[in-house]
Amino acid sequence: MQDVIEGRVWTLGADVDTDQIISGKYLTIIDPNELKKHVFEIALPEFAAQARAGDILVADENFGCGSSREHAPQAMRAIGVGAVVADSFARIFFRNAINLGIPTIEARGVRAIFATGDPARIEMRAGRVTNVRTGASVEFPPLPPHLLDLLEAGGLVEKVRRELEARAGKVPAAP
Amino acid sequence: MSGANGHGATLAEKILARSAGLEHVVPGEIVEGNVDLAMMHEQGAQTVAPFHQMGATEVWDPDRVVIAIDHWVPASTEGAAVLHRMLRKFAAETRLEHFYDVGQHGICHQILAENGWVVPGDLAVGTDSHTNMLGAMGAVAAGIGPTEMAAVLALGRLWLKVPPTVRIEVRGRFGPGVTAKDLVLRILGEVKTTGAQYKSVEYGGPTIDRLSMPERFTICNMTTEMGAKTGMVAPDQTTYDYLAPIAKHAMHPLRPDPDAAYERRVEIDVDGMPPMVACPYSPDNVRPLPEVAREHVVIDQAFLGSCTNARIEDLREGAALMKGQKVAKGVRFIVSPASTKIYDQCLKEGLVQLFTDAGAVFTNSSCSACFGGNMGILAPDETCASSSNRNFPGRMGAKEAKIYLMSPAAVVASAIRGEVSDPREFA
Ligand code: SF4
Repeated sequence: MQDVIEGRVWTLGADVDTDQIISGKYLTIIDPNELKKHVFEIALPEFAAQARAGDILVADENFGCGSSREHAPQAMRAIGVGAVVADSFARIFFRNAINLGIPTIEARGVRAIFATGDPARIEMRAGRVTNVRTGASVEFPPLPPHLLDLLEAGGLVEKVRRELEARAGKVPAAP
Repeated sequence: MSGANGHGATLAEKILARSAGLEHVVPGEIVEGNVDLAMMHEQGAQTVAPFHQMGATEVWDPDRVVIAIDHWVPASTEGAAVLHRMLRKFAAETRLEHFYDVGQHGICHQILAENGWVVPGDLAVGTDSHTNMLGAMGAVAAGIGPTEMAAVLALGRLWLKVPPTVRIEVRGRFGPGVTAKDLVLRILGEVKTTGAQYKSVEYGGPTIDRLSMPERFTICNMTTEMGAKTGMVAPDQTTYDYLAPIAKHAMHPLRPDPDAAYERRVEIDVDGMPPMVACPYSPDNVRPLPEVAREHVVIDQAFLGSCTNARIEDLREGAALMKGQKVAKGVRFIVSPASTKIYDQCLKEGLVQLFTDAGAVFTNSSCSACFGGNMGILAPDETCASSSNRNFPGRMGAKEAKIYLMSPAAVVASAIRGEVSDPREFA
């Protein structure tokens, strides 16, 4: 995880639930590269075809509410979404996204300062997200050290892998 | 006094302190909790890859893991068949014996409840968002994603941020035709889908104390729709009586301190409360049912099912209304019991016959029409009266389809009339 993340913004509304991110009919798909073709089919139909790696999602309140489906952040990771910033998140989505190593930031008022296509700049440790086109910015409480560590490790899989190796007395693998 | 800062502890704080081996915890603190019970359903198939990528080979405690497939049972697509197969293979490899496979199946939360897998004081996690239902046992029960579940299977613990607690205090008595479902809808109408985000919800007060376990399950189930991390009822004699013959492990009957510090208190009086309904497209878009009934909302489908309301008590309640009546012409009425045990009970009591005689389709136990990926899928211009818990766009199929959430009795009343109806008119 870089301390400063920059990318092109896609905006979304409030209460975008997991059904709108990945619809129930795709839940038996396991391959993230298949899943990503259907991401936001309901909430933002042009996204799947036009998104580029590094793009940033900016949403209003309660992003990712609904079911616990990890398909939603998995599809976003497969696209290479650089970060998700929202006025607020639903709990399970937030955990899932962080556990998959996606920088996930709750910044009150963020939706109001962006339009789709704007360039965004996120300073993770300073806790600021800026619209580079307009200069408007909002501040957010930086993630607690525990979660920054998790992102730093590249997500939960890598973190647990290191722990299990350390437990087995193996030398941690070189990064 | 067992809390910090000179005041008592809420139930969630006590349980999380226990699971983390700490004297006390405070909201906002990140703790590592030891898990008492881990549950996986089909989404658990996605746990297999990260589990192996982590380099794990063994599950921390196979006796604390339950697998219950429910969304596509029996497999209704090739994709579902593959998920089921992955889980069966994984269970065999890691010696997970508590697998409720086709034949013993049921909705995962109901399987946990009716088999005593979650008991007071537990920290329980599951790969489904409605794992909150098990908070009715006086436990912290929360939904987690499959990658996180892989870490739980490997280590037996997970990180948790101690949530602040919202106390919902309920008084008064339900009038005829008014149920626990109406109460939780009413609460949702006030608390809203974001009102308890990341929080623990503690239900209490004289009305909650009088509720049966099935009623408490219904209420805790829809805590998920409030955005909460977990929702619970402190254990009492009702809890112990329910669990005594079935509990799978030792109980830690913790209760909140009388001087616990709550972030917010919500007071609800159910005296005189009418049946409620959540209108499209959000579970918090709640209105009194009689008001909506006056608008003659015509339905195409009625669904009596889901983890919220498909227990034997719900089906009996529906059957009492259905008896001697017919499903309205043009309405498809789907009845899906929450578990195979409940299905058997329905057979014994003649409820299957009663519903099919009326023109309903009585299916095997599964999530059924609840989530729009299995059966009972809605076309764009269709409307459904449902006893389930979500009515977001696309939940039961087409994103334009409309879902009205209500009690089992109201679903049956609506199936009979062919429009959203007040069950009290059938008394
Ligand atoms: S019945 Fe519905 S809400 Fe319950 S677990 Fe199944 S899909 Fe989820």
